[in-house]
Amino acid sequence: MNMASPTTPLPAAGTAANAATAAGTAANVASPATAPDTASPARALLRRRRAWKPAEFLFWGAALLAPLALPRSMLLMNEIAILGLFALSLDLILGYAGIVSLGHAAFLGVGAYAAGLFALNVSADPLAGLVVAMLAASVLGFLTSFLVLRGTDLTRLMVTLGVALLLFEAANSWRSLTGGADGLQGIAMDPVLGLFDFDLKGRTAYFYSLAVLFLLFLAARRMMGSPFGLSLRALRDNRLRASASGVGVNGRLVLVYTLAAAYAGAAGGLLAQTTQFVSLDVLEFHRSADLMLVLIIGGTGWLYGGLIGAVLFELFQDVVSAATPQYWQFWVGLLLVVFVSGGREAVHKAGAALRQRVAALFGGRRP
Amino acid sequence: MLTILFDGVAYGMLLFILASGLAVTLGLMNFVNLAHGSFAMAGGYVTVVLMQRYGMGFLATLPVAFLVPALIGAVLERTLYRPLYDKSHLDQVLFSIGLVFMSVAAVDYFMGSQQQLVHVPSWLQGRFDVAGVGIGRYRSFVIAVCIVIAVLLQFVLTRTRFGSQLRAAVDDQRVARGLGIEVGTLFTLTFAIGSGLAGLGGALGAEMLGLDPTFPLKFMIYFLIVVTVGGRAGLIGPFLAALLIGVADVAGKYYLPQAGAFIIYAVMILVLLIRPQGLFAAAR
Repeated sequence: MNMASPTTPLPAAGTAANAATAAGTAANVASPATAPDTASPARALLRRRRAWKPAEFLFWGAALLAPLALPRSMLLMNEIAILGLFALSLDLILGYAGIVSLGHAAFLGVGAYAAGLFALNVSADPLAGLVVAMLAASVLGFLTSFLVLRGTDLTRLMVTLGVALLLFEAANSWRSLTGGADGLQGIAMDPVLGLFDFDLKGRTAYFYSLAVLFLLFLAARRMMGSPFGLSLRALRDNRLRASASGVGVNGRLVLVYTLAAAYAGAAGGLLAQTTQFVSLDVLEFHRSADLMLVLIIGGTGWLYGGLIGAVLFELFQDVVSAATPQYWQFWVGLLLVVFVSGGREAVHKAGAALRQRVAALFGGRRP
Repeated sequence: MLTILFDGVAYGMLLFILASGLAVTLGLMNFVNLAHGSFAMAGGYVTVVLMQRYGMGFLATLPVAFLVPALIGAVLERTLYRPLYDKSHLDQVLFSIGLVFMSVAAVDYFMGSQQQLVHVPSWLQGRFDVAGVGIGRYRSFVIAVCIVIAVLLQFVLTRTRFGSQLRAAVDDQRVARGLGIEVGTLFTLTFAIGSGLAGLGGALGAEMLGLDPTFPLKFMIYFLIVVTVGGRAGLIGPFLAALLIGVADVAGKYYLPQAGAFIIYAVMILVLLIRPQGLFAAAR
């Protein structure tokens, strides 16, 4: 098990894998009709874990009410919601399935370009554009998922990075379609659902992005709390053991990779629609690298990690880039270095008690 | 046609010198160091500063361009890199990306974001004709230097006590330590030499590849391709891969300019799919 995800409580990993494989096999082998007795304890356990915790209501309530407190920073909040969705997508494959990726921006970029081109050439309806973005990204995700099944972590890092670079070069060269370095300009969106017009202050943008984030989050929460999600964790913890207990490896990895690509495509689509602009920047390497930092800040392997990481990252970026706009990357780099070289352990040790309490409230993981 | 081939070989040789340090740290020591390009950039900027501010000759700056990155490499290895040797690849990647971002921003801050020009001495400028083929003087100089370094490296790695100790330490640290080999010192020294060679490559390549603060990001993928495609067993694989990539890239940019770097990335993905262990290495 090479991919030691930073915030997974290690002592629990073994038991989690056991529970997960048990649940997975129960779901695979025992249909309710033939053996309801072996299936029901696992199902009951799953249902208990899926119950909503109070802090979760608090979190989403705060997200909904935030514009009341800070009506001027709704553009920033929109960015946070989109980054949160993007981070959620990476967490699905990195935190839950243990697939490392350095090229997640590929899916964000494809989603953004798909949504932008759809709005320019076909229809300016936001929801239809969002579906197109998700479809386009998931097609790419499905095709490239076969590339990440083989090899070691290192090959995966290289291949995902290579795919993202390939797309960047393609978007750069194919000027007639993507506008090259100028990007897609003049995207004008219709009102959401025909009711809510996009405004300059970003109010519609924020609530639109938040609604999409919330719905996709609900779907992810349900999926990761299902036998499928548990079997993914079993794969992450010990691939050999999982496949020995009857969990099909490749099919699940292809599925979750495609799913994560669709999520990233949705984030890209939202980005294109709410900023009404798509440039090569959506495919840049730093997007993928920043995303890693978001997940490191928030923690991998629980769905709120990406969201909380996105909030902290954007606030940090807002403060620092206001002070030194040109050298903002330096501080990102410093954070990465400090986090990996021991800062993470220090932070976690100091906040362990607090984190356990918070995590228990969110129901994300058990100490 | 032959001129393109020649330019490609020169480019490939340069890539090999730049990536040779990575071939050892990533290929042999199994540490994913994306910040390798930062050391190359450091070497390039050492040459620029020495030439512009202190009026030194180009050749005289080359040893300094080796020593300064080597020193930085040694210090960083001792302090920051060492604790990460047994961490996951992902942690190593994140850490070294962090270093890249820091070095890019820091160089931008101190030196400005513009392209730096390196004036090579006049006897290295221009080109001469051999049987109707135009051959750049500077490129022949680079090829000559790189051949010497490549031969020297291969000799050190396979024929000297240092080389066999290094290979032993890489194969099995515990046993090597048990046999009285100073693994820590060995790794520091190796890392320093690798960083120094990158610096030398950066200084030599400033005229051909250009030099600005985004150098480490622009060439990171090339170094990684050299090592992963070449295979991680020794230096011969990366050497051949570097030549292949150099020729392919120069030819591709000449004949199919609109394809850009497309071909190189596609080839890398294909190679990694078919032979995840690299072209020139046995499976292990």
